[in-house]
Amino acid sequence: MTQITSSSPPGTATAAICLRGATKRFTTLDGAGFTAIRDVDLDVAAGEFVSVVGPTGCGKSTTLSLVSGLEPPSAGTVTVHGAHVTSIPDGVGYMFQADAVLPWKNVLDNVALGLRYRGVSKAEAHARARDWLGRVGLTGFEDRYPHQLSGGMRKRVAMAQTLITEPDLLLLDEPFGALDVQTRELMQNELLELWSGTGAAVVFVTHDLTEAISLADRVVVMTAGPATVKDVVTIDLPRPRDVEEIRLTPEFVELYKRVWDSLREEVEITRARGASHVA
Amino acid sequence: MSLDVRAPVQSAPESAPARRSAVGFLLGRTSHASYVVNGVRVALVVVWLGSWELAARTVVDPFYYSMPSKIWDKLVIWFTDGTSQGSIWSNIAITLEEAVLGFLIGTLAGVVLGVVLGRSRFTAEVLAPFIKGANAIPRIVLASLFVIWFGLGMSSKVATAFVLVFFAVFFNAFQGAREVDKVLVDNARILGASRWDLMRTIILPSATSWILASMHVAFGFALIGAIVGEFTGADKGLGILINHSQGNFDAAGIYAGMLITTVLALVAEWLITLLEKRLTSWRPPAVSQAAAI
Repeated sequence: MTQITSSSPPGTATAAICLRGATKRFTTLDGAGFTAIRDVDLDVAAGEFVSVVGPTGCGKSTTLSLVSGLEPPSAGTVTVHGAHVTSIPDGVGYMFQADAVLPWKNVLDNVALGLRYRGVSKAEAHARARDWLGRVGLTGFEDRYPHQLSGGMRKRVAMAQTLITEPDLLLLDEPFGALDVQTRELMQNELLELWSGTGAAVVFVTHDLTEAISLADRVVVMTAGPATVKDVVTIDLPRPRDVEEIRLTPEFVELYKRVWDSLREEVEITRARGASHVA
Repeated sequence: MSLDVRAPVQSAPESAPARRSAVGFLLGRTSHASYVVNGVRVALVVVWLGSWELAARTVVDPFYYSMPSKIWDKLVIWFTDGTSQGSIWSNIAITLEEAVLGFLIGTLAGVVLGVVLGRSRFTAEVLAPFIKGANAIPRIVLASLFVIWFGLGMSSKVATAFVLVFFAVFFNAFQGAREVDKVLVDNARILGASRWDLMRTIILPSATSWILASMHVAFGFALIGAIVGEFTGADKGLGILINHSQGNFDAAGIYAGMLITTVLALVAEWLITLLEKRLTSWRPPAVSQAAAI
């Protein structure tokens, strides 16, 4: 890990997140190398919502783990607010694909967790957690344990848990992937509502094109693995948006075609590989 | 490093029902009305004790095999007139104290070391052969060594109980700390957890079911350690009462000592189950008959 700090490369001062030539290789158990992403260049401005789409298993999540500082890049640079990422940067929020709420803490303590870790007193953390539970529509569920909640409610807890720290970088890794369609659309609208006006930069990883387009300002299309940026499509749909309505507009359909044209090739490559594995 | 690991009864929620009902079955919870079940149990005990008593009075020699009435007489004498080593209660207290001390220190050491090694791959790798070696020692033999080191007093028995308890708890704590969901750890780190926060709020609670599973067995080990320690040399305790009974060819005394030890182990087991319920109250309630011991 290089220990260079705060010397921002020219021209990136305004970007909340900046990846230059970011590459991540993993060593597999048999000792062989596996490249998850290669030469990824990506800028995300403060207050911008960027969706990342790509074929299944192409390394989209790896991009997030580099930005969050959970994994160091093998090559290239990752900067957040102009500073090189060497550990978890301040102000990062990360919603995982899998359930990350603590099963042994009740809803209130789960939401207050980030504040407690940051040294906020228990009384204040609980007061703010109650406020957030209200915002995600879970008032009255403070004393429940996660196993007593539905999948959608657990995601709301996870969302409140992440947002209570008021992140200015929000990384979301297919957060609604496991939900049924109606709940997912509801959660997408709630996410947009909670995000609007916070000025947070969002990177939203998904393989659902409809979700990607209806939420984002820009959609980044990744290639089949090892992934790199193939295409960036600007989504100039007006805000505030209602995700259930917007996908019926002709503009949306136009954008969908545009993104899908770019993605289709990569999906086909991935499928062909999958087929050859099976054969 | 996974030898001697006892899986927690409900570590995997999906497979829990089947496993739990099997456990529930073995532990005596079935769907039949409890008075029927208890009635049959009482009948079994009566038949068993009755046939023993009858056989001892007719065909077998009670000098070797004793009989329920003699064991009962022995218990009555112990609890009323006292034993060769003073009042029975003081002997029970001594053995219990040794077992509980060994259990507490052993559990604490096992949990601390298990969790620390479970989270530190390098140290675990370095120490693996030593720990396996230490585990392979027939540790009960150490009782003799401890008598030489610590004398005939209580500390040599506590030490024997400790080495037995330690490894049982250690391997489970180690495994539990390794099996912590990586997403939970990553999530906590992102939320700003320090190393100590991680240990306190993620790793320990996560390993708790593994640790508790081992504690059930560990208290039994602690009692064994204390009693074998007393066998090796002591002036008070249930182990020495049993040992003296053996010396006097008093089979009833051995049975009486066994019976008291069994009751102690069952009471301890019940207390540990209470603790387990308290510490894992966040869990989904286990299916129907799952409950208890």
